[in-house]
Amino acid sequence: MNTPSPVIEMRAITKSFPGVKALKGVSFAAYPGEVHALAGENGAGKSTLMKILSGVYRLDDGAVVVGGEERHFTHPLEAIRAGIAVIYQEFSLLPERTVAQNIFLGREPTRFGLVDHRAMNREARRVLSLFGSAHRIEADTVVADLDVASQQLVEIAKAVSLDVRVIVMDEPTAALNETECEVLFSLVDTLKKRDVAIIYITHRMREITRLADRVTVLKDGETAVSFDEVPEPDAIVRAMVGRDIGDFYAAPATPQEIGDIVLSVRHGGNDRLRNISFDLRAGEVVGIAGLQGAERVALAKAIFGISPFTEGEVMLAGKSARFNHPRDAIRAGIGLLPGDRKAEGLVLMQSVTDNGMLTARALSALAGRADATAFATTEEMDGLLQDLDVRAGSFSQEIKALSGGNQQKAIVARWLALAPRLLIFIEPTRGIDVNAKAGIYHLMRDLARKGTAIMMISSDLPEVLGAADRILVMRGGELVAAFPRGVSEADVMLAATGEEAVAA
Amino acid sequence: MSQQTVSSQQAPGAPRSGRLPKINPVFFVLAALLVAITLSNPNFVEPTGYMNFLKRAAPLAILAAGQIYVIVSGGFDLSVGSLITLTVVGSSMLLNNNADATWWVIPIMYAVGLAVGVVNGLVVSFLRVPSLIATLGMMITLNGAAFMWSSGSPRGYLPETFRFFGRVNIQGIPLIQFLPVALLVMLAAGSYLFWLMHRTNLGRMLHAIGDNPRAAQMSGVPIERVRITAFVVSSLSAVTAGILLGGFAGVSTDVGVGYELQAITACVIGGAQLLGGRGSVPASIAGALTLTAIFTLLNFIGLPKPVRDVVQGVILIVAVVLATYRRNRAGGT
Repeated sequence: MNTPSPVIEMRAITKSFPGVKALKGVSFAAYPGEVHALAGENGAGKSTLMKILSGVYRLDDGAVVVGGEERHFTHPLEAIRAGIAVIYQEFSLLPERTVAQNIFLGREPTRFGLVDHRAMNREARRVLSLFGSAHRIEADTVVADLDVASQQLVEIAKAVSLDVRVIVMDEPTAALNETECEVLFSLVDTLKKRDVAIIYITHRMREITRLADRVTVLKDGETAVSFDEVPEPDAIVRAMVGRDIGDFYAAPATPQEIGDIVLSVRHGGNDRLRNISFDLRAGEVVGIAGLQGAERVALAKAIFGISPFTEGEVMLAGKSARFNHPRDAIRAGIGLLPGDRKAEGLVLMQSVTDNGMLTARALSALAGRADATAFATTEEMDGLLQDLDVRAGSFSQEIKALSGGNQQKAIVARWLALAPRLLIFIEPTRGIDVNAKAGIYHLMRDLARKGTAIMMISSDLPEVLGAADRILVMRGGELVAAFPRGVSEADVMLAATGEEAVAA
Repeated sequence: MSQQTVSSQQAPGAPRSGRLPKINPVFFVLAALLVAITLSNPNFVEPTGYMNFLKRAAPLAILAAGQIYVIVSGGFDLSVGSLITLTVVGSSMLLNNNADATWWVIPIMYAVGLAVGVVNGLVVSFLRVPSLIATLGMMITLNGAAFMWSSGSPRGYLPETFRFFGRVNIQGIPLIQFLPVALLVMLAAGSYLFWLMHRTNLGRMLHAIGDNPRAAQMSGVPIERVRITAFVVSSLSAVTAGILLGGFAGVSTDVGVGYELQAITACVIGGAQLLGGRGSVPASIAGALTLTAIFTLLNFIGLPKPVRDVVQGVILIVAVVLATYRRNRAGGT
């Protein structure tokens, strides 16, 4: 195997934050035309390493070498000029601008001093067509109207149009479904052929097996292991977690554990949903599978009263339960963990305890004591947060600084304080590391054992298959199939895409 | 700055991040200014010096303690200055030099304040008008109303019974010789507003909706009710400030001019986050005292009113810049 010189090389990088040594002498290199997968749990230092590469953070010690030359980036723009682009999990697109405007932000083609929209759209279409997306994304669409997957493609198109030599993708498939993942994978292949070096951060073994040429695993700020060829997935997982993960998913419910019907929907519909009928039982974890656009989240929002059912009948524990406001749904015993934690779940400037107490306080008298609501006291909440193993310097610190998994657990604590009958999880493990994922699955199961009905909406099909007792499949706003546990991935996909008649 | 609200230092599994209790810098600034005033005018350490200072600062302090409710919830209340004017002018019209009318005029003024706050809150919550515009409209409306009510020439007297709150000093107190009633009102209003903001569910809900209204709504926070309450608190504090100002400033149609911006400046000096989610009642009161101290100092130096305005504007901008700078440094990513 001949070794071309690396496009970028990071040598013995060290970086400390107040109280934490985030990186301890990590070395890393990326080669043209290769995918170098970077794996590791959250907090292992992957993001910090990439933020040093892209000029967001400055290193304490070590060196970043780009094209054989040592560089000290002090601003992300310098890294971009040096040919390094990062596609973050949180998109940096401007939602109210068009696709083309986003791609050419800050370097719009001009004509007579004015922005040449026609040229810009043409060029945007050319870039999108490079990886076969011109047909699914129009250059003049407003970004806010695109689904998450398309937004991601725009983000990548932006990087490609900059003619970068290195693209860092931070968990690019987190928000994508199966077909969209395939689009992304073939895009990665295209980029490889164009001799771009790709640094691919992921937790998913399947993607590493499919895409990577090299793998580096970080653990606790150090290189746990670095493979020049892709090994068996088990070897990677062991290096990440430091243990085998046989008990990754919790055991399913036994027939005795499944109780009475908690929620029952009959012929429910609104402008996005049609003729929805299903039951959720106490003690049962029900997974909702489907492609992007299947309106799974719309179903959750209808039950929770955000965009209510306009027709049909909903019963919760025997009472009519068509809610027009989340507050009413919460009062009746429904909880919802949103998929977009930062936008819909967290109050980021407030403390961890405050985030946990939010709903308990919201349902109590306004002039009542904040540290002792009818549902929980702050001491009880702190105990609950500790039981859930929420890791924070102190629960009085801002929740903003916590990792995704710990933030998610704090929101779980928020609902636990209310002891809801039904808890809806939307994308519960998005952006969460492997260990914390297992923790969430076991937590869901523990809740179910205590008699809560759990509804789980996830785009991660293996997760739905592994964690749910029953799987409902949605397509185009309808429930199209129901499967028991143990169904194959292929059967669910067939139902979700509607390519064949479905036998339930 | 909800440092008092939640104190959960136990998290044995996690390393303690050796944090010292953070003291809001506004208290140091205030202390430094008071020293500076004392140096330029040694009489300030006499009760007549500092008591009169506190008495003069009381209306703004109360106003800032009310304004912080709206700021924390993510809005602004620009109508408070003209509500002060309306309170003073309206009271003088209703009282009509009748000392016995005070007992019913004051409740009427509070009822007017309540109505103003509710309307502000309803317009912002249900008609979705940005608070800056909604309360600006209210400000113009109330100014006009005050003018119309008094036909442009307010009667010049308020009876002593009404002026009691803003003007009278309780004499013969040991150590401090006398105690202005205005200071008592400030302490009472300040304590109540401190409790409401930092000890009750309302306070936490205000922080939540200022921080992330969508998340707050999806967590069951009654957003409209909380927001309306914030505007009502602000309006009632304006009526209180108006009653005090009527006591020592006399009746005119410009008595409240500029107070809305002074109150916002005071909150910002106290470290409030301008777009909501963070703010403290004691720090806002300290901000009001700081602003008054700066004006006092400029007065001693002998600078005219326009210079004060320039200074206030500069302070507002500097305070926002400093607050942003501090947050960026503390915020990490």
